[in-house]
Amino acid sequence: MRQSSERPAAVPTSPRPAVGAGTSGRDEAKSILGALAPAVTLPTPECLGIEHLSLFYGDKQALFDVSLSIPEKQVTAFIGPSGCGKSTLLRCCNRLNELIHGVRTEGQVKLRGADIYARGTDISNLRRRVGMVFQKPNPFPKSIYENVAYGLRIQGIKNRRLIDRAVEEALRRAALWDEVRDRLHDNALGLSGGQQQRLVIARAIAIEPEVLLLDEPASALDPISTLKIEELIYQLKASYTIVIVTHNMQQAARISDHTAFMFMGSLVEFGLTKDIFTAPKTRQTEDYITGRYG
Amino acid sequence: MAMSHTQHISQQFDKELEDLRAHVLAMGGLVEEQLSKVLEAITHPNLELAEQVVEADAVVNALEVKIDAECTSILMRRQPAAGDLRLVLAISKVITDLERIGDETKKVARVIINMINTGSPRSYYLGVLSLGHHVKRSLRAALDAFARMNSRAALAASREDPEVDRETEAVMRQLITYMMEDPRAIRGVLDAVVAVRAFERIGDHAANICEKAIYLVEGKDVRHVALDQIAQELNLGSAEEA
Repeated sequence: MRQSSERPAAVPTSPRPAVGAGTSGRDEAKSILGALAPAVTLPTPECLGIEHLSLFYGDKQALFDVSLSIPEKQVTAFIGPSGCGKSTLLRCCNRLNELIHGVRTEGQVKLRGADIYARGTDISNLRRRVGMVFQKPNPFPKSIYENVAYGLRIQGIKNRRLIDRAVEEALRRAALWDEVRDRLHDNALGLSGGQQQRLVIARAIAIEPEVLLLDEPASALDPISTLKIEELIYQLKASYTIVIVTHNMQQAARISDHTAFMFMGSLVEFGLTKDIFTAPKTRQTEDYITGRYG
Repeated sequence: MAMSHTQHISQQFDKELEDLRAHVLAMGGLVEEQLSKVLEAITHPNLELAEQVVEADAVVNALEVKIDAECTSILMRRQPAAGDLRLVLAISKVITDLERIGDETKKVARVIINMINTGSPRSYYLGVLSLGHHVKRSLRAALDAFARMNSRAALAASREDPEVDRETEAVMRQLITYMMEDPRAIRGVLDAVVAVRAFERIGDHAANICEKAIYLVEGKDVRHVALDQIAQELNLGSAEEA
Protein backbone atom coordinates (compact mmCIF):
# COMPACT_ATOMS: atom_id res chain seq x y z
CA MET A 1 0.00 0.00 0.00
CA ARG A 2 1.39 3.34 -1.00
CA GLN A 3 1.23 6.06 1.54
CA SER A 4 -1.06 8.82 0.42
CA SER A 5 1.87 11.25 0.19
CA GLU A 6 3.49 9.01 -2.40
CA ARG A 7 0.47 8.88 -4.63
CA PRO A 8 1.07 10.23 -8.10
CA ALA A 9 -0.29 13.67 -8.77
CA ALA A 10 -3.70 13.68 -10.41
CA VAL A 11 -2.30 15.45 -13.43
CA PRO A 12 0.36 13.47 -15.27
CA THR A 13 3.55 15.46 -15.29
CA SER A 14 5.49 13.41 -17.79
CA PRO A 15 6.40 15.52 -20.80
CA ARG A 16 4.65 14.80 -24.05
CA PRO A 17 7.05 12.77 -26.20
CA ALA A 18 8.49 14.64 -29.14
CA VAL A 19 7.11 13.78 -32.54
CA GLY A 20 9.16 11.03 -34.12
CA ALA A 21 10.61 9.98 -30.77
CA GLY A 22 10.10 6.23 -30.92
CA THR A 23 6.37 5.59 -31.23
CA SER A 24 4.14 7.36 -33.71
CA GLY A 25 0.81 8.94 -32.75
CA ARG A 26 -0.92 6.09 -34.49
CA ASP A 27 0.97 3.49 -32.47
CA GLU A 28 0.18 5.33 -29.28
CA ALA A 29 -3.51 5.53 -30.20
CA LYS A 30 -3.52 1.81 -30.91
CA SER A 31 -1.98 1.05 -27.54
CA ILE A 32 -4.61 3.19 -25.79
CA LEU A 33 -7.39 1.40 -27.66
CA GLY A 34 -5.80 -1.92 -26.74
CA ALA A 35 -5.67 -0.92 -23.08
CA LEU A 36 -9.32 0.10 -23.15
CA ALA A 37 -10.44 -3.23 -24.58
CA PRO A 38 -12.71 -4.91 -22.05
CA ALA A 39 -10.33 -7.45 -20.56
CA VAL A 40 -12.92 -8.80 -18.14
CA THR A 41 -15.21 -9.98 -20.91
CA LEU A 42 -12.69 -12.64 -21.85
CA PRO A 43 -13.90 -15.97 -20.57
CA THR A 44 -12.31 -16.52 -17.17
CA PRO A 45 -12.34 -19.84 -15.39
CA GLU A 46 -14.98 -20.29 -12.74
CA CYS A 47 -13.78 -20.34 -9.14
CA LEU A 48 -17.06 -20.71 -7.29
CA GLY A 49 -20.13 -22.09 -8.99
CA ILE A 50 -23.40 -21.56 -7.14
CA GLU A 51 -26.11 -23.76 -8.60
CA HIS A 52 -29.80 -23.67 -7.74
CA LEU A 53 -29.03 -22.72 -4.18
CA SER A 54 -31.95 -22.31 -1.77
CA LEU A 55 -31.60 -21.75 1.94
CA PHE A 56 -34.10 -21.98 4.78
CA TYR A 57 -33.88 -20.62 8.30
CA GLY A 58 -36.32 -23.10 9.80
CA ASP A 59 -39.55 -22.55 7.84
CA LYS A 60 -38.49 -19.23 6.46
CA GLN A 61 -36.87 -19.36 3.04
CA ALA A 62 -34.03 -16.84 2.70
CA LEU A 63 -32.54 -17.76 -0.68
CA PHE A 64 -34.55 -18.80 -3.72
CA ASP A 65 -32.87 -20.92 -6.38
CA VAL A 66 -29.77 -18.75 -6.79
CA SER A 67 -27.34 -19.64 -9.59
CA LEU A 68 -24.24 -17.71 -10.52
CA SER A 69 -20.68 -18.34 -11.56
CA ILE A 70 -17.97 -16.41 -9.71
CA PRO A 71 -14.87 -16.00 -11.86
CA GLU A 72 -11.34 -16.70 -10.75
CA LYS A 73 -9.11 -13.86 -9.50
CA GLN A 74 -11.67 -11.14 -9.98
CA VAL A 75 -13.78 -9.12 -7.60
CA THR A 76 -17.47 -10.01 -7.47
CA ALA A 77 -19.77 -7.72 -5.48
CA PHE A 78 -23.15 -8.67 -4.01
CA ILE A 79 -25.42 -5.65 -3.65
CA GLY A 80 -29.02 -5.26 -2.57
CA PRO A 81 -31.19 -3.80 0.19
CA SER A 82 -30.96 -5.00 3.79
CA GLY A 83 -32.36 -8.47 4.23
CA CYS A 84 -32.09 -9.39 0.55
CA GLY A 85 -29.93 -12.41 1.33
CA LYS A 86 -26.55 -11.17 0.11
CA SER A 87 -24.70 -11.94 3.36
CA THR A 88 -26.50 -15.26 3.63
CA LEU A 89 -25.36 -16.10 0.11
CA LEU A 90 -21.80 -15.08 0.98
CA ARG A 91 -21.79 -17.30 4.06
CA CYS A 92 -22.94 -20.24 1.93
CA CYS A 93 -19.56 -20.09 0.19
CA ASN A 94 -17.72 -21.40 3.25
CA ARG A 95 -20.64 -23.15 4.96
CA LEU A 96 -20.71 -20.62 7.76
CA ASN A 97 -24.50 -20.66 7.88
CA GLU A 98 -24.34 -24.12 9.39
CA LEU A 99 -23.32 -22.54 12.68
CA ILE A 100 -26.86 -21.14 12.87
CA HIS A 101 -29.41 -23.53 14.30
CA GLY A 102 -32.10 -24.85 11.97
CA VAL A 103 -30.48 -23.86 8.67
CA ARG A 104 -31.06 -26.08 5.69
CA THR A 105 -29.66 -25.64 2.18
CA GLU A 106 -30.56 -27.13 -1.18
CA GLY A 107 -28.52 -26.95 -4.35
CA GLN A 108 -24.78 -26.86 -4.78
CA VAL A 109 -21.81 -24.59 -4.27
CA LYS A 110 -18.83 -25.80 -6.23
CA LEU A 111 -15.31 -24.72 -5.38
CA ARG A 112 -13.28 -25.41 -8.52
CA GLY A 113 -15.83 -27.96 -9.59
CA ALA A 114 -16.21 -29.87 -6.30
CA ASP A 115 -19.44 -29.46 -4.32
CA ILE A 116 -18.56 -28.09 -0.88
CA TYR A 117 -21.83 -29.44 0.49
CA ALA A 118 -20.95 -32.99 -0.55
CA ARG A 119 -20.82 -35.59 2.18
CA GLY A 120 -17.35 -35.99 3.63
CA THR A 121 -16.20 -32.44 2.90
CA ASP A 122 -13.49 -31.38 5.35
CA ILE A 123 -14.95 -28.14 6.67
CA SER A 124 -11.73 -26.93 8.31
CA ASN A 125 -9.94 -27.38 5.04
CA LEU A 126 -12.80 -25.63 3.20
CA ARG A 127 -12.53 -22.62 5.50
CA ARG A 128 -8.77 -22.56 5.03
CA ARG A 129 -9.34 -22.36 1.28
CA VAL A 130 -12.18 -19.85 1.60
CA GLY A 131 -11.21 -17.11 4.07
CA MET A 132 -13.58 -14.56 5.48
CA VAL A 133 -13.50 -11.01 6.84
CA PHE A 134 -16.44 -9.40 8.61
CA GLN A 135 -17.84 -5.91 8.94
CA LYS A 136 -16.45 -5.33 12.42
CA PRO A 137 -12.71 -5.97 12.69
CA ASN A 138 -12.27 -8.95 15.00
CA PRO A 139 -8.60 -9.37 15.85
CA PHE A 140 -7.79 -11.77 18.67
CA PRO A 141 -6.74 -10.08 21.92
CA LYS A 142 -3.15 -11.00 21.19
CA SER A 143 -0.16 -9.34 19.61
CA ILE A 144 -0.19 -8.21 16.00
CA TYR A 145 2.32 -10.94 15.21
CA GLU A 146 0.34 -13.70 16.92
CA ASN A 147 -2.85 -12.68 15.14
CA VAL A 148 -1.25 -13.33 11.77
CA ALA A 149 0.71 -16.37 12.93
CA TYR A 150 -2.39 -17.99 14.46
CA GLY A 151 -3.61 -19.69 11.31
CA LEU A 152 -0.17 -21.10 10.61
CA ARG A 153 0.24 -22.41 14.14
CA ILE A 154 -3.07 -24.27 14.13
CA GLN A 155 -1.94 -25.89 10.90
CA GLY A 156 0.95 -27.28 12.90
CA ILE A 157 3.70 -25.10 11.48
CA LYS A 158 6.35 -24.63 14.18
CA ASN A 159 9.40 -23.39 12.26
CA ARG A 160 9.99 -19.92 13.68
CA ARG A 161 11.75 -18.57 10.60
CA LEU A 162 8.99 -19.84 8.32
CA ILE A 163 6.35 -18.18 10.46
CA ASP A 164 8.33 -14.91 10.63
CA ARG A 165 8.52 -14.82 6.88
CA ALA A 166 4.86 -15.66 6.39
CA VAL A 167 3.79 -13.01 8.90
CA GLU A 168 5.84 -10.34 7.16
CA GLU A 169 4.61 -11.40 3.74
CA ALA A 170 0.95 -11.37 4.84
CA LEU A 171 1.32 -7.97 6.51
CA ARG A 172 3.01 -6.58 3.41
CA ARG A 173 0.25 -7.89 1.17
CA ALA A 174 -2.33 -6.41 3.51
CA ALA A 175 -0.55 -3.06 3.20
CA LEU A 176 0.04 -2.91 6.93
CA TRP A 177 3.71 -3.88 7.27
CA ASP A 178 5.15 -0.38 7.15
CA GLU A 179 2.76 0.78 9.86
CA VAL A 180 3.36 -2.06 12.33
CA ARG A 181 6.86 -3.43 11.64
CA ASP A 182 8.25 -1.73 14.76
CA ARG A 183 5.52 -2.91 17.10
CA LEU A 184 4.71 -6.43 15.98
CA HIS A 185 4.42 -7.59 19.57
CA ASP A 186 2.05 -4.86 20.69
CA ASN A 187 -1.55 -5.80 21.36
CA ALA A 188 -3.59 -5.80 18.14
CA LEU A 189 -6.48 -4.09 19.89
CA GLY A 190 -4.34 -0.93 20.08
CA LEU A 191 -4.54 -0.50 16.30
CA SER A 192 -7.04 1.82 14.66
CA GLY A 193 -10.20 0.36 13.14
CA GLY A 194 -8.82 0.51 9.62
CA GLN A 195 -5.54 -1.06 10.71
CA GLN A 196 -7.40 -3.78 12.60
CA GLN A 197 -9.38 -4.57 9.47
CA ARG A 198 -6.20 -4.85 7.40
CA LEU A 199 -4.72 -7.02 10.16
CA VAL A 200 -7.70 -9.33 9.93
CA ILE A 201 -7.21 -9.49 6.16
CA ALA A 202 -3.51 -10.29 6.75
CA ARG A 203 -4.59 -13.07 9.13
CA ALA A 204 -6.94 -14.43 6.46
CA ILE A 205 -4.34 -14.40 3.67
CA ALA A 206 -1.45 -15.73 5.81
CA ILE A 207 -2.77 -19.24 5.26
CA GLU A 208 -2.93 -18.74 1.47
CA PRO A 209 -6.65 -19.15 0.81
CA GLU A 210 -8.04 -19.34 -2.73
CA VAL A 211 -11.08 -17.20 -2.06
CA LEU A 212 -11.60 -14.21 0.23
CA LEU A 213 -15.15 -13.46 1.36
CA LEU A 214 -15.56 -9.89 2.58
CA ASP A 215 -18.79 -8.99 4.38
CA GLU A 216 -19.01 -5.19 4.31
CA PRO A 217 -15.32 -4.89 5.18
CA ALA A 218 -15.24 -1.10 5.09
CA SER A 219 -18.64 -0.06 6.38
CA ALA A 220 -17.36 0.60 9.92
CA LEU A 221 -14.35 2.59 8.70
CA ASP A 222 -13.62 6.23 7.98
CA PRO A 223 -13.23 7.34 4.32
CA ILE A 224 -9.43 7.18 4.26
CA SER A 225 -9.32 3.71 5.81
CA THR A 226 -12.05 2.70 3.36
CA LEU A 227 -9.95 3.83 0.41
CA LYS A 228 -6.99 1.87 1.79
CA ILE A 229 -9.10 -1.27 2.02
CA GLU A 230 -10.38 -0.69 -1.52
CA GLU A 231 -6.83 -0.22 -2.80
CA LEU A 232 -5.88 -3.40 -0.97
CA ILE A 233 -8.74 -5.34 -2.57
CA TYR A 234 -7.57 -4.12 -5.97
CA GLN A 235 -4.08 -5.47 -5.26
CA LEU A 236 -5.26 -8.74 -3.70
CA LYS A 237 -7.33 -9.77 -6.70
CA ALA A 238 -4.13 -10.62 -8.54
CA SER A 239 -3.74 -13.52 -6.11
CA TYR A 240 -7.22 -14.33 -4.83
CA THR A 241 -10.81 -14.58 -5.94
CA ILE A 242 -12.67 -11.95 -3.96
CA VAL A 243 -16.36 -11.83 -3.15
CA ILE A 244 -17.57 -8.73 -1.36
CA VAL A 245 -20.90 -7.80 0.15
CA THR A 246 -21.37 -4.05 0.30
CA HIS A 247 -24.11 -1.57 1.02
CA ASN A 248 -22.10 1.12 -0.69
CA MET A 249 -22.99 1.04 -4.36
CA GLN A 250 -20.25 3.44 -5.37
CA GLN A 251 -17.83 1.08 -3.66
CA ALA A 252 -19.15 -1.85 -5.68
CA ALA A 253 -18.82 0.29 -8.82
CA ARG A 254 -15.25 1.27 -7.90
CA ILE A 255 -13.76 -2.06 -6.99
CA SER A 256 -15.70 -4.94 -8.53
CA ASP A 257 -15.46 -6.56 -11.93
CA HIS A 258 -18.82 -8.30 -11.64
CA THR A 259 -21.90 -7.33 -9.68
CA ALA A 260 -24.82 -9.41 -8.50
CA PHE A 261 -28.01 -7.61 -7.47
CA MET A 262 -30.09 -9.53 -4.94
CA PHE A 263 -33.64 -8.74 -3.94
CA MET A 264 -35.81 -10.63 -1.45
CA GLY A 265 -33.65 -13.74 -1.56
CA SER A 266 -33.45 -13.98 -5.34
CA LEU A 267 -30.70 -13.06 -7.74
CA VAL A 268 -32.20 -10.37 -9.96
CA GLU A 269 -29.27 -9.56 -12.18
CA PHE A 270 -25.64 -10.62 -12.50
CA GLY A 271 -23.20 -9.13 -14.97
CA LEU A 272 -20.16 -7.00 -15.61
CA THR A 273 -20.06 -4.09 -13.18
CA LYS A 274 -19.60 -1.62 -16.02
CA ASP A 275 -22.82 -2.87 -17.60
CA ILE A 276 -24.84 -3.08 -14.38
CA PHE A 277 -23.99 0.50 -13.43
CA THR A 278 -24.46 2.07 -16.86
CA ALA A 279 -27.21 0.02 -18.48
CA PRO A 280 -28.80 -2.59 -16.20
CA LYS A 281 -31.18 -4.99 -17.89
CA THR A 282 -33.94 -5.04 -15.31
CA ARG A 283 -36.12 -2.31 -13.89
CA GLN A 284 -35.53 -3.53 -10.32
CA THR A 285 -31.75 -3.17 -10.64
CA GLU A 286 -32.12 0.24 -12.24
CA ASP A 287 -34.40 1.44 -9.45
CA TYR A 288 -32.07 0.20 -6.74
CA ILE A 289 -28.79 1.57 -8.08
CA THR A 290 -30.32 4.92 -9.01
CA GLY A 291 -31.81 5.32 -5.54
CA ARG A 292 -35.43 4.77 -6.44
CA TYR A 293 -35.95 1.78 -4.17
CA GLY A 294 -37.71 2.58 -0.97
CA MET B 1 -35.15 -1.41 -21.56
CA ALA B 2 -35.19 -0.19 -18.03
CA MET B 3 -35.57 3.58 -18.02
CA SER B 4 -37.17 4.48 -14.74
CA HIS B 5 -39.63 7.27 -14.35
CA THR B 6 -40.54 6.61 -10.75
CA GLN B 7 -39.25 9.02 -8.17
CA HIS B 8 -35.95 8.90 -6.38
CA ILE B 9 -35.84 8.54 -2.62
CA SER B 10 -34.19 11.95 -2.77
CA GLN B 11 -36.79 14.37 -4.10
CA GLN B 12 -34.11 17.01 -4.41
CA PHE B 13 -32.29 14.75 -6.88
CA ASP B 14 -35.54 14.35 -8.84
CA LYS B 15 -35.81 18.10 -9.01
CA GLU B 16 -32.19 18.53 -10.14
CA LEU B 17 -32.65 16.02 -12.97
CA GLU B 18 -36.00 17.50 -13.93
CA ASP B 19 -34.48 21.00 -14.08
CA LEU B 20 -31.60 19.71 -16.16
CA ARG B 21 -34.01 18.13 -18.64
CA ALA B 22 -36.17 21.24 -18.75
CA HIS B 23 -33.14 23.44 -19.38
CA VAL B 24 -31.80 21.34 -22.23
CA LEU B 25 -35.24 21.29 -23.83
CA ALA B 26 -35.43 25.07 -23.49
CA MET B 27 -32.00 25.36 -25.10
CA GLY B 28 -33.17 23.08 -27.92
CA GLY B 29 -36.27 25.24 -28.33
CA LEU B 30 -34.19 28.41 -28.53
CA VAL B 31 -31.85 26.90 -31.12
CA GLU B 32 -34.83 25.79 -33.21
CA GLU B 33 -36.28 29.28 -32.96
CA GLN B 34 -32.97 30.78 -34.12
CA LEU B 35 -32.99 28.48 -37.13
CA SER B 36 -36.61 29.41 -37.94
CA LYS B 37 -35.78 33.09 -37.76
CA VAL B 38 -32.82 32.70 -40.09
CA LEU B 39 -34.99 30.87 -42.61
CA GLU B 40 -37.60 33.60 -42.30
CA ALA B 41 -34.90 36.20 -42.87
CA ILE B 42 -33.98 34.45 -46.13
CA THR B 43 -37.58 34.07 -47.29
CA HIS B 44 -38.42 37.71 -46.64
CA PRO B 45 -35.04 39.44 -46.53
CA ASN B 46 -35.03 41.08 -43.12
CA LEU B 47 -31.90 42.72 -41.78
CA GLU B 48 -33.26 43.26 -38.29
CA LEU B 49 -34.31 39.63 -37.88
CA ALA B 50 -30.90 38.40 -39.03
CA GLU B 51 -29.21 40.74 -36.56
CA GLN B 52 -31.43 39.45 -33.76
CA VAL B 53 -30.24 35.94 -34.53
CA VAL B 54 -26.59 37.01 -34.31
CA GLU B 55 -27.21 38.69 -30.96
CA ALA B 56 -29.24 35.85 -29.44
CA ASP B 57 -26.42 33.37 -30.03
CA ALA B 58 -24.86 34.69 -26.82
CA VAL B 59 -27.89 33.32 -24.95
CA VAL B 60 -27.37 29.90 -26.51
CA ASN B 61 -23.73 30.00 -25.41
CA ALA B 62 -24.66 31.05 -21.88
CA LEU B 63 -27.17 28.19 -21.64
CA GLU B 64 -24.49 25.73 -22.65
CA VAL B 65 -22.22 26.96 -19.87
CA LYS B 66 -25.03 26.90 -17.29
CA ILE B 67 -26.27 23.42 -18.20
CA ASP B 68 -22.70 22.13 -18.23
CA ALA B 69 -22.28 23.43 -14.67
CA GLU B 70 -25.50 21.65 -13.66
CA CYS B 71 -24.18 18.38 -15.13
CA THR B 72 -20.91 18.80 -13.22
CA SER B 73 -22.80 19.48 -10.02
CA ILE B 74 -24.97 16.38 -10.37
CA LEU B 75 -21.97 14.19 -11.15
CA MET B 76 -20.15 15.59 -8.13
CA ARG B 77 -23.02 15.46 -5.63
CA ARG B 78 -25.05 12.47 -6.74
CA GLN B 79 -22.69 10.07 -8.50
CA PRO B 80 -25.59 9.02 -10.72
CA ALA B 81 -25.85 5.49 -12.06
CA ALA B 82 -27.57 3.70 -14.92
CA GLY B 83 -30.33 5.77 -16.61
CA ASP B 84 -29.53 8.84 -14.51
CA LEU B 85 -25.85 8.64 -15.48
CA ARG B 86 -26.73 8.22 -19.14
CA LEU B 87 -29.10 11.19 -18.96
CA VAL B 88 -26.41 13.48 -17.56
CA LEU B 89 -23.76 12.25 -20.02
CA ALA B 90 -26.13 12.50 -22.99
CA ILE B 91 -27.21 16.00 -22.03
CA SER B 92 -23.64 17.17 -21.54
CA LYS B 93 -22.95 16.12 -25.14
CA VAL B 94 -26.23 17.27 -26.64
CA ILE B 95 -25.61 20.82 -25.40
CA THR B 96 -22.30 20.85 -27.28
CA ASP B 97 -24.17 19.94 -30.45
CA LEU B 98 -26.82 22.57 -29.72
CA GLU B 99 -24.19 25.24 -29.13
CA ARG B 100 -22.54 24.40 -32.43
CA ILE B 101 -25.90 24.47 -34.22
CA GLY B 102 -26.24 27.93 -32.71
CA ASP B 103 -22.86 28.92 -34.17
CA GLU B 104 -23.76 27.61 -37.62
CA THR B 105 -27.08 29.46 -37.49
CA LYS B 106 -25.26 32.65 -36.60
CA LYS B 107 -22.96 32.05 -39.55
CA VAL B 108 -25.99 31.85 -41.86
CA ALA B 109 -27.44 34.99 -40.29
CA ARG B 110 -24.20 36.86 -41.10
CA VAL B 111 -24.41 35.59 -44.69
CA ILE B 112 -27.97 36.95 -44.92
CA ILE B 113 -26.88 40.31 -43.52
CA ASN B 114 -24.18 40.37 -46.19
CA MET B 115 -26.66 39.34 -48.87
CA ILE B 116 -28.99 42.18 -47.95
CA ASN B 117 -26.21 44.76 -47.63
CA THR B 118 -24.53 43.85 -50.93
CA GLY B 119 -27.79 43.28 -52.76
CA SER B 120 -26.89 39.76 -53.96
CA PRO B 121 -29.76 38.19 -55.86
CA ARG B 122 -32.00 36.11 -53.62
CA SER B 123 -32.26 33.53 -56.41
CA TYR B 124 -28.93 32.10 -55.24
CA TYR B 125 -30.68 31.15 -52.01
CA LEU B 126 -33.67 29.14 -53.27
CA GLY B 127 -31.89 25.80 -52.98
CA VAL B 128 -30.30 26.94 -49.72
CA LEU B 129 -33.71 27.75 -48.30
CA SER B 130 -35.15 24.37 -49.19
CA LEU B 131 -32.10 22.68 -47.62
CA GLY B 132 -32.55 24.83 -44.51
CA HIS B 133 -36.15 23.75 -44.11
CA HIS B 134 -35.13 20.13 -44.54
CA VAL B 135 -32.50 20.51 -41.81
CA LYS B 136 -34.96 22.27 -39.55
CA ARG B 137 -37.36 19.34 -39.81
CA SER B 138 -34.64 16.85 -38.97
CA LEU B 139 -33.48 18.94 -35.99
CA ARG B 140 -37.06 19.10 -34.74
CA ALA B 141 -37.44 15.32 -35.10
CA ALA B 142 -34.14 14.74 -33.28
CA LEU B 143 -35.01 17.02 -30.36
CA ASP B 144 -38.47 15.54 -30.18
CA ALA B 145 -37.08 11.99 -30.00
CA PHE B 146 -34.64 13.10 -27.30
CA ALA B 147 -37.34 14.83 -25.26
CA ARG B 148 -39.68 11.84 -25.46
CA MET B 149 -36.78 9.41 -24.90
CA ASN B 150 -37.92 7.44 -27.92
CA SER B 151 -35.09 5.48 -29.51
CA ARG B 152 -37.24 4.32 -32.43
CA ALA B 153 -38.09 7.90 -33.32
CA ALA B 154 -34.43 8.85 -32.91
CA LEU B 155 -33.38 6.16 -35.36
CA ALA B 156 -36.05 7.32 -37.82
CA ALA B 157 -34.87 10.91 -37.47
CA SER B 158 -31.23 9.99 -38.01
CA ARG B 159 -32.19 8.44 -41.36
CA GLU B 160 -32.71 12.02 -42.56
CA ASP B 161 -29.00 12.84 -42.43
CA PRO B 162 -28.03 10.98 -45.62
CA GLU B 163 -30.97 12.73 -47.33
CA VAL B 164 -29.66 16.10 -46.15
CA ASP B 165 -26.21 15.22 -47.49
CA ARG B 166 -27.69 14.31 -50.88
CA GLU B 167 -29.64 17.54 -51.02
CA THR B 168 -26.48 19.46 -50.05
CA GLU B 169 -24.65 17.97 -53.01
CA ALA B 170 -27.48 18.93 -55.37
CA VAL B 171 -27.57 22.54 -54.12
CA MET B 172 -23.79 22.78 -54.40
CA ARG B 173 -23.92 21.59 -58.02
CA GLN B 174 -26.50 24.26 -58.71
CA LEU B 175 -24.36 26.98 -57.12
CA ILE B 176 -21.29 25.85 -59.05
CA THR B 177 -23.32 26.17 -62.24
CA TYR B 178 -24.13 29.79 -61.34
CA MET B 179 -20.45 30.52 -60.86
CA MET B 180 -19.44 28.88 -64.14
CA GLU B 181 -22.10 30.72 -66.06
CA ASP B 182 -21.15 34.14 -64.74
CA PRO B 183 -17.85 34.78 -62.92
CA ARG B 184 -19.26 38.06 -61.59
CA ALA B 185 -21.63 35.96 -59.49
CA ILE B 186 -18.75 34.23 -57.66
CA ARG B 187 -18.58 36.60 -54.69
CA GLY B 188 -22.32 36.39 -53.97
CA VAL B 189 -22.55 32.64 -54.60
CA LEU B 190 -19.60 31.92 -52.30
CA ASP B 191 -21.68 33.39 -49.46
CA ALA B 192 -24.48 31.00 -50.36
CA VAL B 193 -21.94 28.15 -50.28
CA VAL B 194 -21.09 29.10 -46.70
CA ALA B 195 -24.79 28.87 -45.81
CA VAL B 196 -25.08 25.45 -47.50
CA ARG B 197 -22.13 24.12 -45.53
CA ALA B 198 -23.59 25.51 -42.31
CA PHE B 199 -26.92 23.78 -42.88
CA GLU B 200 -25.16 20.54 -43.71
CA ARG B 201 -23.28 20.75 -40.41
CA ILE B 202 -26.53 21.41 -38.56
CA GLY B 203 -27.86 18.20 -40.10
CA ASP B 204 -24.80 16.35 -38.76
CA HIS B 205 -25.35 17.75 -35.28
CA ALA B 206 -29.02 16.71 -35.42
CA ALA B 207 -27.86 13.19 -36.23
CA ASN B 208 -25.50 13.33 -33.22
CA ILE B 209 -28.45 14.24 -31.02
CA CYS B 210 -30.30 11.19 -32.34
CA GLU B 211 -27.32 9.02 -31.38
CA LYS B 212 -27.39 10.47 -27.87
CA ALA B 213 -31.12 9.75 -27.61
CA ILE B 214 -30.47 6.13 -28.55
CA TYR B 215 -27.63 5.93 -26.02
CA LEU B 216 -29.86 7.45 -23.36
CA VAL B 217 -32.68 4.98 -23.90
CA GLU B 218 -30.86 1.82 -24.92
CA GLY B 219 -27.49 2.20 -23.19
CA LYS B 220 -25.67 1.47 -26.45
CA ASP B 221 -23.10 3.72 -28.07
CA VAL B 222 -24.14 3.80 -31.73
CA ARG B 223 -21.63 6.33 -33.04
CA HIS B 224 -20.00 5.23 -36.29
CA VAL B 225 -22.41 2.32 -36.65
CA ALA B 226 -24.50 1.89 -39.81
CA LEU B 227 -28.19 2.73 -39.35
CA ASP B 228 -29.43 -0.67 -40.48
CA GLN B 229 -27.05 -2.36 -38.10
CA ILE B 230 -28.35 -0.20 -35.22
CA ALA B 231 -31.93 -1.12 -36.14
CA GLN B 232 -31.03 -4.79 -36.19
CA GLU B 233 -28.95 -4.85 -33.00
CA LEU B 234 -31.42 -2.89 -30.95
CA ASN B 235 -34.38 -4.63 -32.53
CA LEU B 236 -35.94 -1.26 -33.32
CA GLY B 237 -37.59 -2.53 -36.48
CA SER B 238 -38.51 -0.28 -39.35
CA ALA B 239 -38.33 3.46 -38.97
CA GLU B 240 -41.95 3.95 -40.02
CA GLU B 241 -43.27 2.49 -36.76
CA ALA B 242 -41.96 5.49 -34.87
